[in-house]
Amino acid sequence: MRFDRNARRRWMNWIMSALALLCVVVALVPLGSIIYTAVTFGGHVLSFSFLTSGYPLACSPTPSQPTCPVGGIGPAIEGTGVLLALSSLFSVPPGILAGVYLSEFGRGRLGRSVSFFTDVMTGSPSIVVGIFVYTLFFLFFGPRGVFSALSGAVALAILMIPIVTRTTEEALRLVPNSVREAAYALGIPRYRAVLHVVLSAARGAILTGVVLAVMRAGGEAAPLLLTALGNPFGFQGLTQPSASLPPIIFNFGTSAYSNQVAVAWGAALVLIIIMLCISLTVRFALRSKLS
Amino acid sequence: MSVGPSAAGPDPPDAPPSEPANPFRLIFRHRVRILDFLFRNSTLFFAVGILAILGTFVLVLVEGSKEPILRYGLNFVAGSTWSPNQAIFGALPFIFGTVMTSALALVFAVPLSLGIAIFLSELAPKWIAEPLGYIVELLAAVPSVVFGLWGLAVLVPFMRDTVDPPLRSVNAAASHAIHYPIPLFAGSVIGQDVFTASVILAIMIIPTISAISREALRAVPAAQREAALSLGATSWEATRISVLNYARVGIVGAIILGLGRAVGETMAVTMTIGNSDSIPNSLFGQGQTIASLIANEFFNDTPGSLYVSAIIEAALVLLIITLVINIGARLLVWRLVKGAGGPVE
Amino acid sequence: MVEGALSHEDPRPTKLRVDGLSAFYGPKKAISNVSLDFPERTVTAIIGPSGCGKSTLIRCLNRMHEVLPGTRIEGRVLLDGEDIYDGDPVSVRRRIGMVFQKPNPFPTMSVYDNVAAGLKLNGIRDRARVDAAVIRSLKQAALWDEVKDAIDGPGTRLSGGQQQRLCIARALAIEPEVLLMDEPCSALDPIATAKIEDLIFDLRKTYTLVIVTHNMQQAARVAEFTAFMYLGELVEFDRTQTLFEQPKQKLTENYITGRFG
Repeated sequence: MRFDRNARRRWMNWIMSALALLCVVVALVPLGSIIYTAVTFGGHVLSFSFLTSGYPLACSPTPSQPTCPVGGIGPAIEGTGVLLALSSLFSVPPGILAGVYLSEFGRGRLGRSVSFFTDVMTGSPSIVVGIFVYTLFFLFFGPRGVFSALSGAVALAILMIPIVTRTTEEALRLVPNSVREAAYALGIPRYRAVLHVVLSAARGAILTGVVLAVMRAGGEAAPLLLTALGNPFGFQGLTQPSASLPPIIFNFGTSAYSNQVAVAWGAALVLIIIMLCISLTVRFALRSKLS
Repeated sequence: MSVGPSAAGPDPPDAPPSEPANPFRLIFRHRVRILDFLFRNSTLFFAVGILAILGTFVLVLVEGSKEPILRYGLNFVAGSTWSPNQAIFGALPFIFGTVMTSALALVFAVPLSLGIAIFLSELAPKWIAEPLGYIVELLAAVPSVVFGLWGLAVLVPFMRDTVDPPLRSVNAAASHAIHYPIPLFAGSVIGQDVFTASVILAIMIIPTISAISREALRAVPAAQREAALSLGATSWEATRISVLNYARVGIVGAIILGLGRAVGETMAVTMTIGNSDSIPNSLFGQGQTIASLIANEFFNDTPGSLYVSAIIEAALVLLIITLVINIGARLLVWRLVKGAGGPVE
Repeated sequence: MVEGALSHEDPRPTKLRVDGLSAFYGPKKAISNVSLDFPERTVTAIIGPSGCGKSTLIRCLNRMHEVLPGTRIEGRVLLDGEDIYDGDPVSVRRRIGMVFQKPNPFPTMSVYDNVAAGLKLNGIRDRARVDAAVIRSLKQAALWDEVKDAIDGPGTRLSGGQQQRLCIARALAIEPEVLLMDEPCSALDPIATAKIEDLIFDLRKTYTLVIVTHNMQQAARVAEFTAFMYLGELVEFDRTQTLFEQPKQKLTENYITGRFG
């Protein structure tokens, strides 16, 4: 009797472990399928010139014209580069300084609530951020000022700030107090101790946070549809609409023309490769840092 | 860490009258003090700036949707007809679509995510748990729009041809048996529908829920596990009787955070839900979430028009929903991380 | 309890004078009304059981006590007759350096940058001057021969004893007048401890040193003067030899003979 009971418990343990493993496998199927599909549908268009040439004209193969020009995603790459550079400029210095406040000065009620609402802000939908920036620009600059590289960069920056702030805060909290004390004991003014010693001690983790923020912004399509809008030429100045990578995946991906759909898949593959590479690099950089 | 008014650090005491008259030291001291003061306050400025952005969020959206708010009042969220041509704006179909897809996504995602979290943190050996954990989290690195593209190309035909028809037959048989039409898997199957959108949402929130649940499980003290194991429990039993119980607050927080993500998700839903402005009559019906409404219809009219303002009001509703969800979830997760007793004095 | 002024003749002037000092952590009083004089260019040890306030005392001597939240002091600490609590803590700490219990080199900086940190962050940019100061300090800290080939390597890669000497070099680079050491050997093995003790013995030719230790043998080996603290009060202060061989207080005698419990 006792033996039976123990055997059943061992079976239960085994079954639950297998079920849990099955969950992992089920979750990995979509990831594998996404990568496989992107390579199948997008792999053949991928080349160096795909990254630099302009968008293709809409075209589907017909008996008279069996092949269509593939073109490329040059304008989108250029626009995304500019948008990410601008949004990093708007979000990284303020985010780091806010994180410094939370970790070094703001241990009171104000600091805790800023920390809390920064976390809450991380969860606000990107499309709402897009609408917010759209409305803000509309209220200040009128209908002609809304769709611009500037508004796109502001929207992305708003998505990035909370990530940068919270990772900076966490990173600085991990710097042992003995490092700060060593700096104070050398007669270094507090602002210099924080800027040159504490921030430098945490720079790896802060960099990780910045990369994660750029990654999140780089994959966002929704807010850019409402702000940077898109154009066929790349970056045309701060006050003009700007092309960018994620929105063209949406625009071309829902197109009826086969060559544009192929470009969407090529762009998706490029985006996936970039994201996965950054993601893995950050992981391994972080791990070697911790060990 | 103690908290108090002087927690901010060394405030130099005010200079007493016996200050030696050394002009150099005086200048140095004041320069350092001024720079310290400036530095501290500029960090404070940006920290408060974050709160200000969040506050401005609500204000700007209210300002942008003043006209429909005054014109329709509560009918905006209660009305089930959305007919821009007749200037009728009832957002209930979208609120319904949002709630329905998110709830359904949770139904699929929660068991899977918990299974993943339990496997990776409790049952699997460490050498396999770590790399598997990374791979699952890679799912979070795939942009939403790529999920949408994949959904259109792979998931929609798969659901339409393989998953949906048997469900429809079962539903029909069950309806026939009880002589009442069950409104779940009924209607014509075209693949772009509420059901498919929910599945894709579920896939997208799995990394969120499983990662935060893992954190919650990791925060369970080893003594809890060992207490159960020392009673002769198997690792599953230890998980069930002590670990899950201990981590339940954090897991609930993780689920709510996943819900928050599902509610606001835009691109993938927009590309798979079928986009219809009425309330779907079954899971195979076409619908719209608030987020997909914005992405689909924002350019249907000129900026500043009543139609666009109504869409801005829908965004305001979405913001309020996600704020409530996120505040709730963060309160739960924070309590877990900071310890149940609140701030330690 | 006792006045710390020495009863006997001493030719060296007082460098640092503690006058009626009390220190608090929130409502809790950690040291109570301590007065004592540290003569110039000597090593003074502060001994006592753990929790007696010796670390708090030494942290008050360069205003590191107030770095912790919720702390305050009463009384005065005079450096060359001037109260260090008049004015700015930053300039005080440039004149009174400190070495901590655990070696705490700056984690992302090289050996060179660690030693140069104090100078650079105090605004000295002249490369030749910084170079000279780094080499001088490393030599003074008896570390130069061991690190001269790895001076651009990370400071955290050194052994524990080397790291502690690096921290001493870092403190010496800004040419302080007083060097405070808070149990500098407690995290080190006996060989590294012996090296640091030799170093302390040499440094007293140039600096006024105050060292907190829980190790009575160490106090006897390196210090000319010793202060014994108990429960936040100064019990006895005298020449080390006198204090160990003819303690005037019963408490001191009990402590140094190990009859404490």
